[in-house]
Amino acid sequence: MKELINPLNKAFESRIRLGIMSVLMVNDWVEFTDMKEMLDITDGNLASHITALEKLGYVEVRKQFVGKKPNTTYGATKAGKKAFNEHLDALEKLLKNRE
Amino acid sequence: MEQIEDNPHRHLEDLQQIRTIMERSSRFISLSGFSGVFVGIFALIGEYIAVQHFHVDPFNFDLNSYGVLHGLPFFGNEYATPLVPGWHFSLKYDFTYFMVDAVIVLLLSLFAATTMSWRRARINGDKVWNAASKRLLANLFIPLAAGGIFCIAMLYQHYVDLIIPATLIFYGIALFNAGKYTLNDIRFLGIIEICLGLLCCFFTPISLVLWGLGFGVMHIVYGIVMYYKYER
Repeated sequence: MKELINPLNKAFESRIRLGIMSVLMVNDWVEFTDMKEMLDITDGNLASHITALEKLGYVEVRKQFVGKKPNTTYGATKAGKKAFNEHLDALEKLLKNRE
Repeated sequence: MEQIEDNPHRHLEDLQQIRTIMERSSRFISLSGFSGVFVGIFALIGEYIAVQHFHVDPFNFDLNSYGVLHGLPFFGNEYATPLVPGWHFSLKYDFTYFMVDAVIVLLLSLFAATTMSWRRARINGDKVWNAASKRLLANLFIPLAAGGIFCIAMLYQHYVDLIIPATLIFYGIALFNAGKYTLNDIRFLGIIEICLGLLCCFFTPISLVLWGLGFGVMHIVYGIVMYYKYER
């Protein structure tokens, strides 16, 4: 049965974005390299998806310098957490309706 | 709003993947529980060696009457006033013996836990040195270091009665705290260590028995349980 309004968030259609949000739901601030390792993806791939999420206001980027090295960390915004939770609820509901 | 392709298989996979990533990115799941068996055996052997060397009765033990402290730097040289009047025997060597015994047990235990966790991480396709394992170590070692320094402070202040219970209590708190960042089961071991430590505060004459139970037997039991639960 198809519902009239699809509650799934288009922003989380990609697996990589789901992955990024999952990591940020349980970790406050995550470094670029750590994120890359956790999701096992390339720099470019991660950067483009993070930028997309940042534009939507779901991810916050923090740039600092640790000594002379630039250090970029990412965190989920309140809006991002809310949107992701709604997306998860929608996924669960869709699966339940099928049983 | 555009429709996302309504594919139940995909939704299920998505949810499973989300769960796995959340778990993996926040917890270091490769900490080897089975290494607990070795840690426990090392602790028991170490304790046995110390008990034999110092001829103490583990069922009626009083650290106060025992001059184990006298080799310590802040107790002065071997001619320092003995803690117990009439104790005219330099225990410098004995304290050294005790420390060497303790440090060997510690190093062997750390070695077993690290190498076996390394192996598990390889099996799980996990990295050993990642954000999750760093956080686990910080959460384990901060309470543990505080406990260690506290025990040294008690030696320094000559409050020796509660040193053995303190090792159990702080170790238990460290494990309980670390449980948030690895498999949850270790929290139960932490609670048991805390309880044994608190019991030990009231029953100091059997503190060596309780110590052996906590650091020896409980580690072995924990290791066997973890082996059957996750690592077989």
